[in-house]
Amino acid sequence: MLELFSYGDAGWGDEILKGLLVTLELALVTLPVGLALGFLVAFAALSSNKILRRLGTGYTTIMRGIPEILTLFVVYNGLGLLLNAIYLGLWPDAEAIDLSPFLAGVIALALVFAAFSAEVIRGAFNSLDPGQIEAGRAIGMRPGQILRRIKLPQVWRFALPGLGNLWINLLKDTALVSVIALDDLMRATKVAVGLTKQPFTFYLVACMLYWAMSLASEQILARMEARANRGVRRV
Amino acid sequence: MHPIEILTRFWPQLLDGALMTLKLTFLGALLAGLVAPMFALIRVGARPAAQLPLRIYISFMRGTPLLAQLFLVFYGSGQFRPQLEAIGLWGFFRDPFNCALLVFAVNSTAYQTEILRGGIQGVNPGEIEAARAIGMSRWQVLRRVVFPHAYRIAWPALGNEIILLMKASAIASVVTVFDIMGRTRQIFSKTFDFSVYLWAAVLYLCITAIFIWLWRLAEARLSRHIGARERGVGNVQGGLQT
Repeated sequence: MLELFSYGDAGWGDEILKGLLVTLELALVTLPVGLALGFLVAFAALSSNKILRRLGTGYTTIMRGIPEILTLFVVYNGLGLLLNAIYLGLWPDAEAIDLSPFLAGVIALALVFAAFSAEVIRGAFNSLDPGQIEAGRAIGMRPGQILRRIKLPQVWRFALPGLGNLWINLLKDTALVSVIALDDLMRATKVAVGLTKQPFTFYLVACMLYWAMSLASEQILARMEARANRGVRRV
Repeated sequence: MHPIEILTRFWPQLLDGALMTLKLTFLGALLAGLVAPMFALIRVGARPAAQLPLRIYISFMRGTPLLAQLFLVFYGSGQFRPQLEAIGLWGFFRDPFNCALLVFAVNSTAYQTEILRGGIQGVNPGEIEAARAIGMSRWQVLRRVVFPHAYRIAWPALGNEIILLMKASAIASVVTVFDIMGRTRQIFSKTFDFSVYLWAAVLYLCITAIFIWLWRLAEARLSRHIGARERGVGNVQGGLQT
């Protein structure tokens, strides 16, 4: 049994480990992109401009209402077609390009993460104490200073639990990208299953690895929350 | 092809897919809804040692991708073919619909259990004591006091969970269940027309919107006595408070 997972040509340990690294890489690359987009969407939804506000809330409503796997296919096929249409329009003699599954995965998962995180961030901004912002203004802070010194540190604290859940969802959603042929943990498992005819064993190992990542994330997030709340008085 | 033409040509398939999505979602949610109350009671009342298996199950279901769970059951069952044939369950596991339904129900049970646990813990202990004091049996307390309140508290969260399940059911298309997503991929592979994905998105959004509306109606009905009190209907004190 154990030799199935040994390192090297005989076992599948190294292939599955490589897949695991691709899964982690995908999630870690998507996180900052999705979070940055999430802040932009949240600012749009909170803006005093009516059109921006509609765009922001419309984006979160639609994006949260459609399945992640559909978003992935829309990006992988749709964006690919669109890029090719532009590319071949500019250089008619060129060969068609393929959108790489990794890039499509990052874009699709970031779009989804942005929609959900925008809601969390919007909620965090709404929970700020207005008195503190007034106090900042009263002692002559500029809007940029208020944002950096008063708003953002507390938005981080309010948003962390929600963002932590979204991170774990993101980690799990990366499994979907195996459907468009990215060599992640899920796909490495599928390849191993195809050759060893031991589907239950290998999918169970894959599940255990995802579970381990989720549990480790929960531990780290609990520490980050404790740190973010260190300045808060306990009642 | 014009987007409208895609719709006029392929609407029977898309409608068929929508029915499959609804069937998967509501059967899955219903099966989970039958088991979750019992599990939630265990999570609230049982000794920590007795809760341990349930906690591990819930943690596993929430910590692993639904796609991996589906593959574990659908492909993984192949490893136990002789044993499953011996007990006559092999036919069940060969059908992708059965596997998807089983996985969704088992997965949703974990989420619904935690949601209901929150609801049960939110019931005012004074009301439970009052029910006991007037001599209700354990079962009567649960049926008449605890669960009606717990469901009212948990109702919005349960609705969210069913919407998440509906969205997650699109994953069944990967094991060749022809739900909305499955039909959409089938039509795309025939036509290479991108607009079919947009129609699929519209379908999912419509289902979500209609579901939210129905769920709110049900919520209003569950809480109608509270609404009546707030409006002051049939209640003198309420009327005086404006």
